[in-house]
Amino acid sequence: MIDGVIALYIFMLAAFTGYEVISRVPVILHTPLMSGSNFVHGIVLVGAMVALATADSTLVRVIGFIGVVLAAGNAVGGYVVTERMLKMFVTAGKKKAP
Amino acid sequence: MLSASTLQTLTQLSYLVAAALFILGLKRMSSPVTAVSGVRWAGVGMLLATAVTLLFVAGASTLNFALLLIAIAIGSIVAWVSGKRVAMTDMPQMIALYNGMGGGAAAAIAAVELYTGNEHNLVHLTMATVGGFIGAVSFSGSLIAFAKLQGLITKSVRFGGQKFLNLAILLLTVAFAFMAVTDTGLGSGQLTVSLFFAFALVLGVAMTLPIGGADMPVVISLYNALTGLAVGFEGFVLDNAAMIIAGTVVGAAGTLLTQLMAKAMNRSLGNVLFANFGESGASSGGGVTGTQKAIEASDAGVMMAYSQKIIIVPGYGLAVAQAQHKVWELSQLLIDHGVQVRFAIHPVAGRMPGHMNVLLAEAGVPYDLISDLDEINAEFETADVALIIGANDVVNPDARTNKSSPIYGMPILNADKAKNVIVIKRGQGQGFSGIDNALFVLDQTRMLYGDAQAAVSQLIQAVKAAG
Repeated sequence: MIDGVIALYIFMLAAFTGYEVISRVPVILHTPLMSGSNFVHGIVLVGAMVALATADSTLVRVIGFIGVVLAAGNAVGGYVVTERMLKMFVTAGKKKAP
Repeated sequence: MLSASTLQTLTQLSYLVAAALFILGLKRMSSPVTAVSGVRWAGVGMLLATAVTLLFVAGASTLNFALLLIAIAIGSIVAWVSGKRVAMTDMPQMIALYNGMGGGAAAAIAAVELYTGNEHNLVHLTMATVGGFIGAVSFSGSLIAFAKLQGLITKSVRFGGQKFLNLAILLLTVAFAFMAVTDTGLGSGQLTVSLFFAFALVLGVAMTLPIGGADMPVVISLYNALTGLAVGFEGFVLDNAAMIIAGTVVGAAGTLLTQLMAKAMNRSLGNVLFANFGESGASSGGGVTGTQKAIEASDAGVMMAYSQKIIIVPGYGLAVAQAQHKVWELSQLLIDHGVQVRFAIHPVAGRMPGHMNVLLAEAGVPYDLISDLDEINAEFETADVALIIGANDVVNPDARTNKSSPIYGMPILNADKAKNVIVIKRGQGQGFSGIDNALFVLDQTRMLYGDAQAAVSQLIQAVKAAG
């Protein structure tokens, strides 16, 4: 479905997008941002799911199983810690409001 | 039931939406005001993609589908519980761990492709192998980074010829990768693939072991970018646009972040990875003469209570002692006394970029009181007191003046320009990097020895007594 030069185009555009989106992030958000981008590559979960679903031998099944466990951990853990961190950022102005 | 082709189209469309939500989410994370909604948007994208994929693979064998559900449940529950429980101070190693898991998952996908042997397209095989290589290195490397930050590994393993050994491991990995792709391995192809992954995992360990704890922020950031790339490569193999886009975006963003951090330390990335920083520091940085002068908390408290302007410089010692809440309590007390209090954060203070910002935010410090290096450096000259809490290299004036110092040239916070400097420090020894600090022996510097939390508590009592 996605092949050859088209794949390269997707790769190039995505790389520029990533660079541009991040280049405007202030220093104070660097840790949550790293955590947030860490969460985003948790999308590897859908690939691991497909790999396990098509497994046809015990060896591949075991590897696929481990892959899904790890990927789910990446996605869920990444989300939980990112949200926890971001929730804590408040301004002085906001704080005084009830 | 949906037909197979409808399902295929639905899946692809959901991936498109998910990819858009990821990019929008990351974009919204670039401002503190919209950041929380940003991660939620990305979360919705993730849920959507996962749910539709679950539909897509529902036709798999009952065994595989059951295994899949169990695996998702195990991974999610373990990560959910650990993510909710982890203390803010332990965030860096937790991110390293989750990141390593992502790398491991990408490597697992590559392993499935290579072991199954159904894939004969040379381009796809190469992509799978490269992604598997990067993923495996990121996996084992992140685990070592986690172990170092968690204190499970305390020594940086270094020996002569280490670089050559690492190079040898790298070459062996590449050789086995080549054999796996071209199917010219030793006898069975599965043995070749296994050896390839084994060497890639060893390489991640060998690369990370010699790197000192002070450099871990850069390393974690680098592995984050690498995992993104690995996910992108596996996305090509699986024809999965969401993985290609999300992985590549993270790869590019992570690379930029890594560069920014390395730049803040005035070192190249290659230097961080291969120079075994800190080892030579103890011997070559020994140009500091003079004695450290101690101060009692009560005297320091009085000095601070009658100051007009205080700049607080937090470092990793603050995180270790979990002193962020006490520091904010002290600051509020001082603000009530009419003292102007500011926080100065060095880009690489702590163990990750922005590590200190997260801790101070947890304690409730409004982010308008917090300034970074460029904003605050000119203000030290007008400060009555610079209060250094568990920071060391980032305030070492040797970085400006002493050419023989290993950190010469690194931008620092000019705490030495303040009229008085109070340093809260565990003991008289050198810091994490093993470099002597010229700031500690200046005439206007006084040392307040003790655990950061205990010392700040004493300061609070002292300020209360003074006013």
